[in-house]
Amino acid sequence: MSAETPIADHAAAHSAEPAFRQHHFVNAEQQFSTSKLGMWLLLATEILMFGGLFVGYGLMQSLYPEAWVAGHHHLDRIMGAVNTVFLLVSSYTMVMAVHSASTNNKSKTLWNLFLTLGFAGGFLVVKYFEYAHKFHDGLLPGRLFSYQGGGPPQQAMFFGFYFAMTGLHGFHVLVGMGLIIWIMIRAKSGEFSSAYYTPVDLVGLYWHLVDLIWIYLFPLLYLVS
Amino acid sequence: MADTLTTPKAQTHVEHHDVDYLHDGSLLSWLTTVDHKKLGVMYLWSILFMFFLGGVFALLVRLELFAPGHTIMDAEQYNKAFTLHGAIMVFLFIIPSIPAALGNFVLPIMLGAKDVAFPRLNLASFWIYITGALIAVTAMVTGGVDTGWTFYTPYSTTTDGSVALMTFAAFVLGFSSILTGLNFIATVHKLRAPGMGWFKMPLFIWGIYSTAIIQVLATPVLAITLLLLIMERAFGVGVFDPKLGGDPVLFQHFFWFYSHPAVYIMILPGMAIISEIVPAMSQKTFFGYKATAFSSVAIAIVSFVVWGHHMFTSGQSQLAGAIFSFLTFLVGIPSAIKVFNWITTMYKGSISLAAPMLYALMFLILFGIGGLTGIFLGAMSVDIHLHDTYFVVAHFHYVMMGSTVIAFLGGLHYWWPKMFGRMYNESAARVSAILIFIGFNTTFLPQFLMGSRGMPRRYYNYLPEFTFLHQVSTVGSWILGLGFLIMAGYLFASLRKKMDAPANPWHARTLEWQIPSPPITHNFHEVPVITTEPYDYYRPFEPSVKGHH
Repeated sequence: MSAETPIADHAAAHSAEPAFRQHHFVNAEQQFSTSKLGMWLLLATEILMFGGLFVGYGLMQSLYPEAWVAGHHHLDRIMGAVNTVFLLVSSYTMVMAVHSASTNNKSKTLWNLFLTLGFAGGFLVVKYFEYAHKFHDGLLPGRLFSYQGGGPPQQAMFFGFYFAMTGLHGFHVLVGMGLIIWIMIRAKSGEFSSAYYTPVDLVGLYWHLVDLIWIYLFPLLYLVS
Repeated sequence: MADTLTTPKAQTHVEHHDVDYLHDGSLLSWLTTVDHKKLGVMYLWSILFMFFLGGVFALLVRLELFAPGHTIMDAEQYNKAFTLHGAIMVFLFIIPSIPAALGNFVLPIMLGAKDVAFPRLNLASFWIYITGALIAVTAMVTGGVDTGWTFYTPYSTTTDGSVALMTFAAFVLGFSSILTGLNFIATVHKLRAPGMGWFKMPLFIWGIYSTAIIQVLATPVLAITLLLLIMERAFGVGVFDPKLGGDPVLFQHFFWFYSHPAVYIMILPGMAIISEIVPAMSQKTFFGYKATAFSSVAIAIVSFVVWGHHMFTSGQSQLAGAIFSFLTFLVGIPSAIKVFNWITTMYKGSISLAAPMLYALMFLILFGIGGLTGIFLGAMSVDIHLHDTYFVVAHFHYVMMGSTVIAFLGGLHYWWPKMFGRMYNESAARVSAILIFIGFNTTFLPQFLMGSRGMPRRYYNYLPEFTFLHQVSTVGSWILGLGFLIMAGYLFASLRKKMDAPANPWHARTLEWQIPSPPITHNFHEVPVITTEPYDYYRPFEPSVKGHH
């Protein structure tokens, strides 16, 4: 490399690159598709992680169908349905947020993210009331199970799965809310444009997975018979 | 630096990045680095420390077995010692060893990239590993664990000690492994240099890529299994406890659904290293490149459907056992393809017997023994007799240590000059390699004999007729220890010298040997353009990297 490189060239080469591009990518397009691939791989790991729970749940359900039926009668279908609607609508507002970000509409991006955050919060509030009710009735996992209303003893196992599955999912909702707040802050400072909205897109993908897992959890836990 | 053909883009980073990556040696620059090379080196020192720790426990276990009955510890302490040996070696040493340490260092360079796809994630993955290691150490000093590294239920849910904490450590370490794998897959897909097609990638990349697929797809299942185990201990949910209506075999299915593929997380990177050392040290074009590349992927795929061979004696149906037995035999095909191709690559080559090649040759012998005894154990009728005996212990040590660790040592000696810019003492390296080979076989060959005669594994006591073989095995562990002591000596000594390694001490053709030792921070002055195959030893060398001399 020549030491006599004109300084002007050097500066020009730097300014020609968009600020968001990281140095090890050749161009913005490569950076975008790499980030997207990474997110899809992460989603695959999430599906496999929940998959283990689904398999254990299915096996135990086949061994103790009466306990499972008795257990699901303690779950509130209305609350479950309301939460399903919350998450489905939040997926729509998330899609709109990504769309607005990609079309340079900053205020609409922020509004849609805010609505998504609101629905996510609503989901957790409903979940809180459901959990409080279970705690009150002693419908808890394993040796904590102290429900006085009778029924098959393996209900304690059903509630082990109930709390493991909805708890892990609820944790993902909480993480999602943190991510949404993070991209709202970045959106507010005007970081996103049609040239660069990768974080919004990726948080959107994550959020749809959180929604999708609930779509499976709802019938499995609340509507089983 | 008289290269006049550089593009303006390539010139932008020259002035401040022309120094080697070790130049900025401040502690903060190491702890917060996103440079894949520095992260690889940090992983290297971490896993070597863990290898030392696990090795100390191994020597203690062997010392206890020097005589029947109480020798230096009681049964309880013995259970803890072998559990810690296993858990440290598997979760803290072997799984991250080749991918996270050597892979992190060379994988991006071999692809002609400046870094991995997600450098910050790489740093996060390292610190998650350190966090997991600290939790594991906490579990060791606050009660220890006596379950074996497999945490089988219902014993693990009822025994005392820090099982929950140790399980949580494995859970955390799993995330480090997932993130490294994810990073490597994205890097291989998206960051290959211009001209670097899939079949122009070095075979090391194919091996690490196949490993990464397993890391990403299998580890999450372990995570959820360990989470369920922690819940069992905390709340007594009963999923794995027959007393409460649960199924302990379900735990074994979950555990081995991860942990059998994890065996290939351990061996595939070892094979990947051998695929680099053999052509370079034979100066021969790789024989059967595509077959070897595909056999890595084939092993990764088959690895997901063989877990049931760990449960031949656990109350699994005979039909399932027969199917798993058949599928297990399938692993022999891609493995044999690799072995035959390595040997054929050496045929009529100009073979150098430098330390890395000694390790590669040792690998071929030890992997041959480890692989073939795996066929014995994969056969249901034979396994009924050999299950849970020293035969199994010897078999997996031939694969895990005799193959993976030996390949790791080969890779360490092969890339050491590149990583640190210094040559080690070659004669000392050969002496240590030969001692390790003798020590290893002295330790583990007698264990095949003991196992086939009925010596059960995990016992601190044994019948008097096994005394002689146990003593031979223990003496072997001392020879092994001596070999590693010599290695530590000459490797540390080399670091105190001035940098003396040439860019390409082995006359190899892959990209990492076309840049200086140690590499500059950004690996390449300008993006290399790949026009040749990685092992074109049959024709004169044509550099793909410009701007170096």
